[in-house]
Amino acid sequence: MNEMTTIARTTTLKDWETDQEVRWCPGCGDYAILKAVQRTMPEIGTAPENTVFISGIGCSSRFPYYMETYGFHTIHGRAPAFATGLKLANPNLDVWIVTGDGDGLSIGGNHTMHLIRRNLDCQIMLFNNEIYGLTKGQYSPTSRVGTTSPSTPYGSVDRPAQPAAFALGAGARFVARGFDVSKELPNVLKAAHAHKGAAFIEIFQNCIVYNKDVFEDFAAPKGAEDRQLWLKQGEPMIYAKGTKGIALDAEALHLKTVDVIDGDWQAAGVIIHDVTNRSVAHMLVEMRFGEFPMALGVLYDDPRPTFEADVVRQNKAAAEGKTADLQSLLKKGQTWTVTEGGPEL
Amino acid sequence: MATAVVDQADKRQSPLSDAVVVRFAGDSGDGMQLTGGQFTLSSALAGNDFATFPDFPAEIRAPQGTLFGVSAFQINFGSSAIDTAGDAPDVLVAMNPAALKTNVPQLKQGGLIIADEGEFNDRNLAKAKYDANPLDDGSLAKWQLLKLNISQLTMDAVKPFGLGNKEALRCKNMWTLGLALWMFDRDRQPLIDWLNAKFAKAPDLAAANVAALNAGHAYGETAELAGPLKQHHVDPAPVAPGLYRTLTGAEGIALGLVAGAQLAKLPMFFGGYPITPASAILHHLSRLKEYDVTTFQAEDEIAAICSAIGASYAGSLGVTSSSGPGIALKGEAMGLAIMTELPLVIVNSQRGGPSTGLPTKTEQSDLYQAVYGRNGDAPMPVVAARSPGDAFECAIEAVRIAVQYMTPVMLLTDGYIANAAEPWAVPDLTTYEAFPVEFLTEAPEGGFKPYGRDENLKRPWVKPGTPGLLHRIGGIEKELDTGHINYAPENHQAMTDIRKDKIDGIKVPDQVVELGAEGGKLAVVGWGSTFGPIHQAVRRKRAEGLDVSHVHIRHIWPLPANLGELLKSYDKVMVPEMNTGQLKTVLRDQYLVDAKPVNKVSGQPFTIAEIEAAIEEALK
Repeated sequence: MNEMTTIARTTTLKDWETDQEVRWCPGCGDYAILKAVQRTMPEIGTAPENTVFISGIGCSSRFPYYMETYGFHTIHGRAPAFATGLKLANPNLDVWIVTGDGDGLSIGGNHTMHLIRRNLDCQIMLFNNEIYGLTKGQYSPTSRVGTTSPSTPYGSVDRPAQPAAFALGAGARFVARGFDVSKELPNVLKAAHAHKGAAFIEIFQNCIVYNKDVFEDFAAPKGAEDRQLWLKQGEPMIYAKGTKGIALDAEALHLKTVDVIDGDWQAAGVIIHDVTNRSVAHMLVEMRFGEFPMALGVLYDDPRPTFEADVVRQNKAAAEGKTADLQSLLKKGQTWTVTEGGPEL
Repeated sequence: MATAVVDQADKRQSPLSDAVVVRFAGDSGDGMQLTGGQFTLSSALAGNDFATFPDFPAEIRAPQGTLFGVSAFQINFGSSAIDTAGDAPDVLVAMNPAALKTNVPQLKQGGLIIADEGEFNDRNLAKAKYDANPLDDGSLAKWQLLKLNISQLTMDAVKPFGLGNKEALRCKNMWTLGLALWMFDRDRQPLIDWLNAKFAKAPDLAAANVAALNAGHAYGETAELAGPLKQHHVDPAPVAPGLYRTLTGAEGIALGLVAGAQLAKLPMFFGGYPITPASAILHHLSRLKEYDVTTFQAEDEIAAICSAIGASYAGSLGVTSSSGPGIALKGEAMGLAIMTELPLVIVNSQRGGPSTGLPTKTEQSDLYQAVYGRNGDAPMPVVAARSPGDAFECAIEAVRIAVQYMTPVMLLTDGYIANAAEPWAVPDLTTYEAFPVEFLTEAPEGGFKPYGRDENLKRPWVKPGTPGLLHRIGGIEKELDTGHINYAPENHQAMTDIRKDKIDGIKVPDQVVELGAEGGKLAVVGWGSTFGPIHQAVRRKRAEGLDVSHVHIRHIWPLPANLGELLKSYDKVMVPEMNTGQLKTVLRDQYLVDAKPVNKVSGQPFTIAEIEAAIEEALK
């Protein structure tokens, strides 16, 4: 590992707020996410000057302007590429990528995939509102089939991408889910930050103008416990106040919901959440809401060495024992000297 | 073209009498590039000045014996200044019928063909679309023909080493090289040393290759009296004393970038994506980790430039490199680097276009793309290299401008410069003036302004991680001084003006006249790799007494301050370019001069004769 200097500092929420006027639509879910992040940062204990928020283009990508840190609002879909150069040039920075379903999965899907597979140490917050907001409401790669929008007046026909499944398929070592107004969101963010490597967080976000309440089916406070499965490491996958759980159908190799009688989840075959179990993680990200509750929290967390640490290590090893004498490099290879008497080796 | 060749320009009588052009041509798998490279080294050691032109197909392993699979290497060497790889070869080495067919039309009348008749069998003749064997049917009568069964002679020579048929035949190129060394009275020992080092782990292969080399040489000695083969000695060129090496353009760029980063006292980050002919720069740099170089092969061209910008944002020298199609993809990110005013060097190794075009052939058709090719008013400095040695200097210049003005800079080179080799007088780095970067580390008096400016209109460079200077940047229009988002009409006008004024105000050296005089009847104005043919053509025409001068522009944008006056001091201005007239348009636009285009877009460099003809026409 390269020498990592951890710059810790005691801060308050106020220290992370800029003087810039926040320009999202009133009632936008982004406000709640911004507050959750600003509230989480002091708890993480890092220093604002050592923190960089990098975004692409879209509503979510205005985020860096509102964080009192270093910030770079880049171009559509490319935030992961900027983050890669930034982190390779200075591995000590704490890098947060802010992207959306259009930015991160449509125009920038390629970069998202490669950042994840390389395992650059950063947090990727993908705000999924299943719509293009800033361009005024076209359907997005995560929109459900049949979404009517200015560009799909008769309803969209293409099947949506599933962000968490995409990330895991790309080789992610950390996948989590949360939603804008959830009280659990800071805990998810903290877990993501604690993970060394690319930490992918899908945050369901309510676009109140173009896709209002599209997540109400599971996010509405009323009856939430029946429709949300908050995963906790080492704990059984139970929900609905302990009356239901997730079990493995070992023959068909898929998950199933089971009723838990009198709290006896063991008898019902409910499985315990192990964040390092990649096979179960694949099933969790594919779990269809409706038939199942929405799986939220840290779905998978099993770190591997990071890209930038490996690059730094290799660069060091390759440079070992060599002197950086450019003049001698210029003379490398076959040279000859011309004197008054002619050339010689 | 050696940078240090003593210029005997106008004294020259018969321009080609002291120079020879040899072209090695064979199948892609025949090792012609290697043969050419080693013959080049031998020319250097013989003290000749030289220029080379590797001309190879885009296909990696084209089907054997086909016309499109021919790979050639041309070298022009001589006892006085050599500016180009030569118009027409004096000697053509053809390793198979396809190589003969594609290359013999360029051979000088009366020139020598050396053909491996062992390869002129029915199958290969058919692949080369010959109805009859040209070695036998008299169709090559206007040239001298030497047909040898090089394949068989090589097999005989390497027989004692017990190689398989295929491996034995792979020594053919060394047999050919041995013959070429004899023809030009060259020392074999450096080549023997090189072979022994190259095959140190396979002594049998080394010995076989040396035997083939010696056999080829011996063949020349014994056959001399019998045929058209004559030994020819080319005297050393009067080269300034010093230490020399051969240098390709890709090496020149890579070394120049490293030197530039050192002069700026910055670590370098290079983000690249494989593309012909730019990849060689990535390959060279990826081996230079001890020079504080980080290389990153990105997932695409866009990620390559974006990662470089990210590294510049962190305080490294960000560099990216590509060729036309990749440069097109990087356009949006260049705009962001312009908007956020971060230093960046973008190297464009130009190739034939549009679209995929001619990946392995040379062209200068990305000048518009470099100067104008972005959305919005997006001015960006452009520097163009004329030769491999000049590429070293231009790379340093590009780095200097990038960091001294906080701007992306485009460095133009082309496929010809990238692959061609020339002798290079190794420069003394202590003679270069350093331009160390100073990062802003604390708020100046009056407060920190992320878009505040110095006398060059440069904004401060602040590394993330610096306490007290936290700020946000991005692609949305910035407010004067603060850098906050601002859409106000007067602010956009002011910021657009500042971005333009900053680039216009970059100090570049005054334009010099390469050959000839300030003022006169005709200026031949070039840029980039057309330097060689223009220089030699102007030299010859001046020797004939014509009033013509050579002006060669390195700083394409901003143009040198004196260029307008200089161009107006000539009656006529002619601009030869390997495009349909791009610099011509810029010069007309900037100075209202009646610049006349001379254009060639065949994927091949200009010949000296073509430029000479254009000069004659212009002065009629």
